[in-house]
Order: sequence, then C-alpha cells, then structure tokens
Amino acid sequence: MGDKIILEIARYSPERDLQPRFETFEVPFRNEWVVLDALNHIKDKMDGSLTYRWSCRMGICGSCGLMVNGEPKLGCATFLSSYAGNGKPVRIEPLRYFAILRDLVTELGDFLGKLKKVRPWLIPKDELPLSQGEFLQTPEQLENYKQFSMCINCTLCYAACPVVGLDPLFVGPAAIAMAQRYNKDSRDAGAQERTAVLAHPDGIWGCTFVGECTRVCPKHVDPAGAIQQYKIKAALDWVQALIMPRKQPNREESRSAAAD
Amino acid sequence: MRESNEAPLWALFSAGGVVAAFLIPVHLFLFGLAFPLGWLPTPGYEHMLTLVRNPLVKIYLLLLCSLPLFHWAHRFRYTLYDGLKVKHLNELIFTFCYGGAVVGTVLAAYLLWSIA
Amino acid sequence: MQQPINVPIYTEYHPRWYRPRVSVYWWLGQWRYLKFILRELSSVFVALGVILTILQVRALREGSQAYARFQHELQTPAVISISLITLFFVVFHTITWFNLTPRAMAVRVRGKRIPEWLVAAPNYAMWIVVSGAVTWLVLRGR
Repeated sequence: MGDKIILEIARYSPERDLQPRFETFEVPFRNEWVVLDALNHIKDKMDGSLTYRWSCRMGICGSCGLMVNGEPKLGCATFLSSYAGNGKPVRIEPLRYFAILRDLVTELGDFLGKLKKVRPWLIPKDELPLSQGEFLQTPEQLENYKQFSMCINCTLCYAACPVVGLDPLFVGPAAIAMAQRYNKDSRDAGAQERTAVLAHPDGIWGCTFVGECTRVCPKHVDPAGAIQQYKIKAALDWVQALIMPRKQPNREESRSAAAD
Repeated sequence: MRESNEAPLWALFSAGGVVAAFLIPVHLFLFGLAFPLGWLPTPGYEHMLTLVRNPLVKIYLLLLCSLPLFHWAHRFRYTLYDGLKVKHLNELIFTFCYGGAVVGTVLAAYLLWSIA
Repeated sequence: MQQPINVPIYTEYHPRWYRPRVSVYWWLGQWRYLKFILRELSSVFVALGVILTILQVRALREGSQAYARFQHELQTPAVISISLITLFFVVFHTITWFNLTPRAMAVRVRGKRIPEWLVAAPNYAMWIVVSGAVTWLVLRGR
C-alpha cells in the first residue's frame, strides 16, 4: 500500500482530560508532504476531532507552530521526509511554554498582550497632514530595521526561550524584536515611550542571550540580536544620562546610517 | 529599585566579560600551568615584586580582578534565577553576588596598594 | 446534579486550559540548554581565575617565603587539575563571548551588514596579540 509513517500526536480535550495524552496515527508517507499535510489527512480521513491552527500553508501567516520531536517548527515548513527512515514515530505537540486550549492549539492572548505593550506601531514626532506627502526613506534606513519587520508572529521563539517558560511576565523575543523594528525605523519617534516596557526586568533584562529564539526563527528575524542591541543602547543611554543629565536620549532620525 | 539598576549592572557585566575574555586565559595559563609545570622559565620573586610595585600594573591588576568579578556576579545571579528557579530569593542572591564582587574588589585594592 | 469527582470541572463557555509546569531541570532536557548553562557557569571559573590572581598578589605581599610556598602549592596535582579545568572553561568563555559579540552589534559599512565571522575575527586576533604582550611583559628581564 506504499510507505507509512507513524505520528504521535498530543491530544487534550478540556471536557474529558485532566492533562494531555498521546494518540498514535499511521499516515501515508509521501515525499512532498509536510507535517501539516499529515495533520490534514488525519482530520479528513481518520479523526475529525483533531484540532490545530493553520492557514496559508506556505510559511507566512504564522499559524501552524508546533513542536516536532521537541523542536519548535512550522507545520507547513517541516517535511515528513526529514523524519522518515529510522522507524521511530514523529512526536507532535503544541508549542512549549504556552497554555493549551485543545489538542495542538495554544492560548495566544498572553502573547498578544505582550505584543501590544511594546506599542508596535509608528509613533511619529508630529502628526503631519496628508498634504505634506510621504515619509522618505533611503535604502540604508530601511536596512536598519527590515530584518526585524519580517516577523510573522508564529511564536516559535517563545517555545524555544527558556526564560519565557520560567518567567510568565517576560515580554519575550518577538515583542522586543517588534519594538526594535519601530525604534530603528526612521519614521518613528516613539523610542522613549517604549523604554518603560523594554528597559525593565521583564523586558530586555530578563533575557540571558540563550540564542535559541534566533535559531528557531523561520524568518531569520534574529530577535536575540535585537535584544542585545537594545541592551547596549540602554547601557549607553544610562552612561549618557549620568554624564549629561539634561540632554535628550538620541532620536532615531538624527542617527546616520552608520554602525548602530 | 531594581529597574534603574539593571543598565549599569549589565554594563559592568559586559566590561567584565571583555576583560575576562582577553586577559584571564593568559594569566591562568602562565601562573596556573606554565610556570608551576616548568613549561616556561618561572620569574623570580624580586622580578614579580618589581612588576607589582609599578602603579600602572596595580591599576591593571585591579581591573583584572574587579571587572570579571562583576561579570561573574551578574551572570551567576541570572543562572541561579533560571537554573534553579530561585527568583524568590532575589534579595539574598543579589547581595551574595554583587556583595561578593565588591568584597573581591576591595580586597584586591587593599592587597595591591599595601605592597610597599 | 452531582458531578463525579474525576470529571474535570469547567465553567460554561470557558474551557479549562492546561498549563504545563516548567521543571527545575529544564536545562537537562536538551543538549542546547545544557550547553547554555555550561556557558553561563564558565563565569564561575572566571571568578576562580580572579581568586588565583588575588591569592598570588597576597603571597607576593607577604614575602619571598610565602610566595615560594604559594608556588609550591600551585604545583600539587590537585591544584593543577583545578587549573586545567578552570583554563578550559575560561577559554570556553572567551570563545563563546567572541562568537556572540557580532550578534549583539549590528556593524554596518556603507549600509551593508558585515558578516559575523568578520566581526569576531579581529577579537581573536587581538586576543592573541594581548596574550603575547602579557607573556612578554612578565617574562622579560626576569
């Protein structure tokens, strides 16, 4: 009947279970299939109650984050062929360090709250009327923040970061990277407003540069880099406040495109 | 007021990390292995004393001792929080770590500047 | 209506979320986490290196006999083993520190980001130069 592959999937039904349990499913193995294809096959043909999030199936919506054999991965970007061949079942669990709503679906309200806390929107210096035209930005100015703007909010980085698991109040990698995306945008003047959330024990100071967040990020956002860069900035701001107490901290638009 | 303390503490950690990275290996190699094991000719007492009497060397040694200790203090503090989940012992850990670094600094300064 | 004891209780319209607990041994769960903890613990060995230096200064201060005794103690197998392990972890600190530095600093030349190894390499070169300088300063005119 062709090759098969065994999946061990975590199930949790709040009406029935007190804690998650594993169920084994045998699905056809196709070379071009990803984990998401296997899950869809199970839901269509074997157990319609299997619950999971997915949408674009091409790695841009950030919905299908899962733990595959203990590694945070996007279900649509993880090929079954990487796990076939050694006969062992593939373990599929919901993303680590999140509360579980049902089966593979995690509770995201907490994450969304943290994201909102860092004010992830442009805060311009003055509200300019439309007649003034667009903001102009050079390619260098775009480069300054472009990497951090690639985040798809898939929360794989939260599943990888041990501090997220240990400290529920820790703002987390994606939120800080998002704050940096705006801090480093030449159109933004809101760095001061974000400082209270960032330069805080639950903000950047909770991070110990484990670096797992950057490693698992499917979009190469490098949140660890964003956080360390902000630490250096915060340290320099403190020194500046000590030496020149009356000077305002550096505004992003007054920075040249040189090393940050 | 832990919030406002974190930036300078991190700066100390960073500076200490740099000093430790560049200088501690060679000191440990020379004085902990190469000289005791005879891989390199050991400098005599008089020579070492002359070196340490130099005020510049004293400042160098003070920085070599103090900054890496603050690096340890900050890093160890967070390792205890995360590794042993003892964040509730915050006050105790903070005092032990940074207190230890301060004690080490004061001790090093006293020893160095009391050498005639 | 009596509910049996082993049925999970939930309020209508709000399911009971399962909140997994993070074990205090989380760092043993993955080799990468363990490597991270070892990297952090290298700071303890850095502190040991400082203690060695402080003890050395103290011995110097107390006179040539005290210094000779200190030298002798450094040669015992127990202390040599400690020195070896400490050196290993201190070098581990150096290497991990230099490799992490480029991540923390977005160095740009003419708008383009410099690759990480190119930011780390000068640190290694400087390390060799500085180590050589210290060795020379200690050994010359002994």
